Amino acid sequence: MSLALQTFSTVKDANAALQASGTRYLGGGTLVVRGANEGDVSVSSLVRVTEPSLSAITVSGDKVQLGASVTMAAIARHPDLAAVAPAARAVGGPAIRNMATVGGNLFAPAPYGDFAVALLALDATVTAETGETPIEDFLTGRDSSRAIITAVEFSLPKADSFHFLKVSRVKPKGISVLSIAALLQRTADGTVTSARIALGCMADRPMRAKAAERALLGCKLTPQEIAPALAAAGEGISPITDPIASTWYRAEVLPVHLGRLLLG
Amino acid sequence: MAKVPVQFTLNGSEKAEFIESGTTLLHALRDKIGDTSPKGGCHQGTCGACSVIIDGELRLSCLTLAETCNGADIRTTAGLAEAGVLHPLQRAFLDAFATQCGFCTPGMIMAAKVLLDRTPNPSREDVVEALSGNICRCTGYEPIIQAVLTAARANSQNAA
Ligand SMILES: Cc1cc2nc3c(=O)[nH]c(=O)nc-3n(C[C@H](O)[C@H](O)[C@H](O)COP(=O)(O)OP(=O)(O)OC[C@H]3O[C@@H](n4cnc5c(N)ncnc54)[C@H](O)[C@@H]3O)c2cc1C
Ligand code: FES
Ligand code: FES
Repeated sequence: MSLALQTFSTVKDANAALQASGTRYLGGGTLVVRGANEGDVSVSSLVRVTEPSLSAITVSGDKVQLGASVTMAAIARHPDLAAVAPAARAVGGPAIRNMATVGGNLFAPAPYGDFAVALLALDATVTAETGETPIEDFLTGRDSSRAIITAVEFSLPKADSFHFLKVSRVKPKGISVLSIAALLQRTADGTVTSARIALGCMADRPMRAKAAERALLGCKLTPQEIAPALAAAGEGISPITDPIASTWYRAEVLPVHLGRLLLG
Repeated sequence: MAKVPVQFTLNGSEKAEFIESGTTLLHALRDKIGDTSPKGGCHQGTCGACSVIIDGELRLSCLTLAETCNGADIRTTAGLAEAGVLHPLQRAFLDAFATQCGFCTPGMIMAAKVLLDRTPNPSREDVVEALSGNICRCTGYEPIIQAVLTAARANSQNAA
């Protein structure tokens, strides 16, 4: 392995250094250093930033800003972030959670990216020096993204409106067969007025289940009324195959788990 | 490639080394500093054998670059015994046959140590969760879980 690490105190300087070819940003390193250990020679130089704002968690009212270097462990233990803690806790074991960052999770290829699935359902905004991007657009364009992500922002969901589920085979902690996050607004009688559902492992990156979202509108969360949404959940998916599960298996079990999430 | 200086505290004593940039902490500890208690099982973050405690948090030394640890407080299993007396976790692992080939043991003990430092009386579920990033091929885990629970009881008796 031959890697050179450059440390900068500002995002601006690090962004400039990242323009050199073969250079990659180092977050917690759980994917990038693992790649180097496995013999990925496409990266010869790593860049990191020590700016403290990157590790800051700011909650004001229902607005949350997570610096890109905030770890899954920091989210899981934060008293104001209980709503999203299950998604942070779903990532890896304790040591991985102490290292894995929000920024890195946005780039993690399936079967990883469980926290990004939650952020997609929450319609988070992804911030870089160049400006803010809705997470959906960010995910679509992430392969060509060269700028350092500095933060993500989202509105804290109200209790009962946000649901997260990760299914894994190795207990208690394994990588995802799939993960699902859903943000549902309902009237007093339980009728769904808006739905945003994000899926992990159903493509190479988190994606929305838009057909299922539409099918849920006007429904109550009963087995009969959600049936059309479950039937539509597979529209547009192309699940990954890996040692944990095949494309076929993931597609078969998606409606089952979406049903459990909605009825649970 | 140019060498870079790193300096940190390892089990309470100051260490300073020149290493190649990009060297993992696991490599620096084992091959430069000579602390072979963290083990290199997978170098992929999967097995937990390389677990160490950095500034009070459990981390994987195979995925941590040594340069990022400048000024850090690093703890490994090699530093647990005091004046030849085993740490209660080490004692409990031996007594409970929680170590067979022993390859996973230093990582397991580090993971258990951060748990007991924060949660002196853990439940069985707490122990399973705390060890969930550590793989053992030999014991079937049950003796390890029992050893951690025994060490917790021994600690709280000593404190009482
Ligand atoms: C054993 C193991 C188990 C895991 N289990 C899970 C799991 O259950 N769920 C899950 O979601 N993930 C899992 N992961 C994957 C990974 O740990 C997480 O996705 C983590 O959040 C990645 O973050 P990182 O900071 O470590 O990324 P890094 O490895 O530092 O970076 C990953 C990529 O993102 C880029 N990047 C990182 N931060 C930024 C930024 N701020 N701006 C621009 N680019 C950036 C890097 O350049 C790199 O290309 C696991 C990994 C391992 C090794
Ligand atoms: S060697 Fe680090 S986790 Fe296996
Ligand atoms: S004792 Fe052999 S791997 Fe755990």
